[in-house]
Amino acid sequence: MTIVEETATTGTARHGALGTSPTRPDGVAKVQGSFEFSSDISADGCLWGATLRSPHPYARIVSIDPSAAWQIDGVQAVITAEDVPGQMTYGLISQDQPVFAGDVVRYVGEPVAAVAADDPETCRRAIEALAVEYEVLDPLTDAEAAIAGDHPPIHPDGNVIRHQRIVCGDPDATGEVVVEGTYEIGMQDQAFLGLEAALAIPDPGGKGVELHIATQWLHEDRAQIAACLGLPEDAVRLVLGGVGGAFGAREDISLQVHTCLLALRLARPVRMAYSRAESFLGHVHRHPATIWMRHHATGTGEIVKIESRMVFDGGAYASTSSAVLVNAITLAQGPYRCPNAVVDGWAVRTNHLPCGAMRGFGAVQACFAYETQMDRLAAACDVDPVDLRILNAMRTGDTLITGQPVLNVAPVAECIRETAALPLPDEPVGGAPMPDGGPDVMKLPGGAGRTADASNIVRGIGWGASIKNLMYSEAFDDYSTARCRIEDGVVTLKFATAEVGQGFVTLAPQIARTVLGIDDVRLDRIDTLIGSSGSTSASRQTWMSGGAVNAACLAVRAKIFEHVASSNGLDAETLLIDGTDIVEPATGWRQDAVEACAGQTFDETAEYHHPPTTELDEHGQGSPHTAFAFVAHRAVVDVDPDLGLVKVVQIATAQDVGRALNPLSVIGQIEGGIAQGLGLAVMEEIIQIDGVIRNGNFTDYLLPTFLDMPPVVATLIEEPDPLAPLGAKGVGEPPTISSTPAIVAAIRDALRQVDGVGKPLHRVPVRPGDICL
Amino acid sequence: MSEAEIYRLHVNGERRDVTDSWVGESLLDVLRDRLGLVGAKGACEQGECGSCSVIVDDELVCSCLVMAASAVGQRIVTVEGIAAPGTPSDVQQAFVDAGAVQCGFCTPGLIMAVHDLLDRTPAPTDTEIREELAGNVCRCTGYGRIIDAVQRVAVARTERAS
Repeated sequence: MTIVEETATTGTARHGALGTSPTRPDGVAKVQGSFEFSSDISADGCLWGATLRSPHPYARIVSIDPSAAWQIDGVQAVITAEDVPGQMTYGLISQDQPVFAGDVVRYVGEPVAAVAADDPETCRRAIEALAVEYEVLDPLTDAEAAIAGDHPPIHPDGNVIRHQRIVCGDPDATGEVVVEGTYEIGMQDQAFLGLEAALAIPDPGGKGVELHIATQWLHEDRAQIAACLGLPEDAVRLVLGGVGGAFGAREDISLQVHTCLLALRLARPVRMAYSRAESFLGHVHRHPATIWMRHHATGTGEIVKIESRMVFDGGAYASTSSAVLVNAITLAQGPYRCPNAVVDGWAVRTNHLPCGAMRGFGAVQACFAYETQMDRLAAACDVDPVDLRILNAMRTGDTLITGQPVLNVAPVAECIRETAALPLPDEPVGGAPMPDGGPDVMKLPGGAGRTADASNIVRGIGWGASIKNLMYSEAFDDYSTARCRIEDGVVTLKFATAEVGQGFVTLAPQIARTVLGIDDVRLDRIDTLIGSSGSTSASRQTWMSGGAVNAACLAVRAKIFEHVASSNGLDAETLLIDGTDIVEPATGWRQDAVEACAGQTFDETAEYHHPPTTELDEHGQGSPHTAFAFVAHRAVVDVDPDLGLVKVVQIATAQDVGRALNPLSVIGQIEGGIAQGLGLAVMEEIIQIDGVIRNGNFTDYLLPTFLDMPPVVATLIEEPDPLAPLGAKGVGEPPTISSTPAIVAAIRDALRQVDGVGKPLHRVPVRPGDICL
Repeated sequence: MSEAEIYRLHVNGERRDVTDSWVGESLLDVLRDRLGLVGAKGACEQGECGSCSVIVDDELVCSCLVMAASAVGQRIVTVEGIAAPGTPSDVQQAFVDAGAVQCGFCTPGLIMAVHDLLDRTPAPTDTEIREELAGNVCRCTGYGRIIDAVQRVAVARTERAS
């Protein structure tokens, strides 16, 4: 493992400033169990809430009879669609999802009613006692049928959520070499560990409500909740409850409106908390997708044109499907130059579980297709897969197939070369021999099952590289707000940026220490008592909220410099921060920054906006994205070809990070993101049969453990991006994107060594039967 | 509710009366909802993720799978009993220092599992660490920094012992 030295970025940075890796301010509370997650928050006189969900993928609600539930001691409220006082639906882009199903249920798990009772067990019994009569309808479970119009609309908005074409350059261009394939990506769950939970506390008189909630975007939640409650936004106050991971699954509304409705109805605090089984039904997932792709290239492997048709199954409600689709189609070329393209993208509605944001957001599905294609192209041209990628590698100034120029630092070739330069694992199959001379069975595919014979194991190597857009797209102004206050030499920062584990609470004080030269930086509560910070998603908070904190601190620093200049007969324009001092370099004048602020209060709020982007026109042309980041991955796997078992041995990666503001946090994002990419490659998939989920629990939905996740060797490509406020790019999503195709390519490589042919493996996750049958 | 039970648990060196519990209630729910010890976390309710790990009579268990009433007379240690507030144990401090904590939801369970591992195996190999901790799922970190934290503690304890 390559750990970047603490001062690698900034040379002599003092500990706690940018470029160093101070520990998390919430770290001690988290290791001691005293950090308050949203599921740990209670209030005096608190009731519990629970949700009744549809057992059918598609059905008409004939009647709901709550009388038996009311017979149970301790039941305090039963609410249905009739009890929603405001807007009946919510949604991130279009408001097409009902708070409670009214006449029709459209997926297994759709909320139909909610109850409040004295305790969770009484809630459970009340839910069981609610009698709902359904008229079961024929579900739409085939995305192609949604496109073809073969099924009556399952929603007033129709069965197609978005259809978008991209036509770039000469659509009739052809290449000497043509490769094509059809690729499938399964439905992945974010599987954060901290289940959905919230506490709603009503204001006296029911005029407002305070919601403690684990979310990714407090202000967007507030807007949607207030609309459904029929309250003005300022009557709904959100406070970030401790967030146990997010990965996209907390961008949509889950239990927020239900909890507030129950609390307002009963004029008492109400808690809701999902079980794991309910969580699988209660949040959106990564879109399953089918992608056909054809590459045209010159005989030496230079890409001439791509053609693709992408179909994303959005499930029952739109969520962010249209934005996920746009990411996939606009990044279909990957991190490679491509002058001509014809891409046809569909996001459709079915009676499957709703899909939306998950780490990588559309780029993941596209990458599995284009990276598999790059390997096919390399084989067809008889070129090394690394050389082929470098030959086509995008550079600053190249354009997307939408016509948008890539203006950011774009070290694609460097990422690939640096990854290739990282050492391969030094241990053979099965690890270093054990004292008995045999292999370490825990390092063989199958592990503790002791099923594999070491002599039968084949090692393969595979490659992946990817591009990810940072921030929101298509003309959306996802600005961020921050406030910086200095009083008595202590800095206090306030923002609404959701801390979900990524470490913005560590980074924000680093920014303030660097800009202001003051070490004592504290954080105010994260809530809606300040402007929006946008969502903790799209790898955007270091850039956006980092930009806002930086701007607020710079505004305060300007005030400090004016004060210091007038007190000491200096020119404010000549002052600088050097460590913890304010200095005038020309004269050598210097004063400790804390002393300089003594007795003074400075308080500034700033918004950071990225430059505007555009929507796509009917030909898919435009500049929809804000910025881009790149990464390369190399996977080494050991495969048992007879049993279909895989052991990932090592992942190497070089990632374009711009500038590592907190190197240890960057490594944490890289390793954690790769683990989720590994999960999609060989383990994780939500299985639905006829619209019914079959594995909504951690026994059957397999997550990578300590034994599944290999060592990661990483290099950070640090070329500060002049377009980024701190030179730093977002680092959260890229690790997840191309680690998946790299692992699958490594399995293919191993299987090719067995019989000279191998297996196509055009579907993720790769299952044992895909390998051995 | 089912019949209210009154029994006494021995948690973190203290005797704690459990009232108003129902007889089949899990140790996890009793710790969290009856005794106010919310350090142990529930994340799967079926013993797959380890977030609820506590130590009962020197044995690491998933408290979601243990009936609270069956733990009467046994010594229960939760994450709150590892060290006094504000003075983390060596394992806890190593997690903070090594970057082994992100969202932190799995962390209390891992703290219990790592203390248990290092008490039994002071100098574990990489494979031993991975195998022993494989019952604790972390979704944020990819495990690399957690392994680093465990190794840091093992080295520090060995150096201290010599």
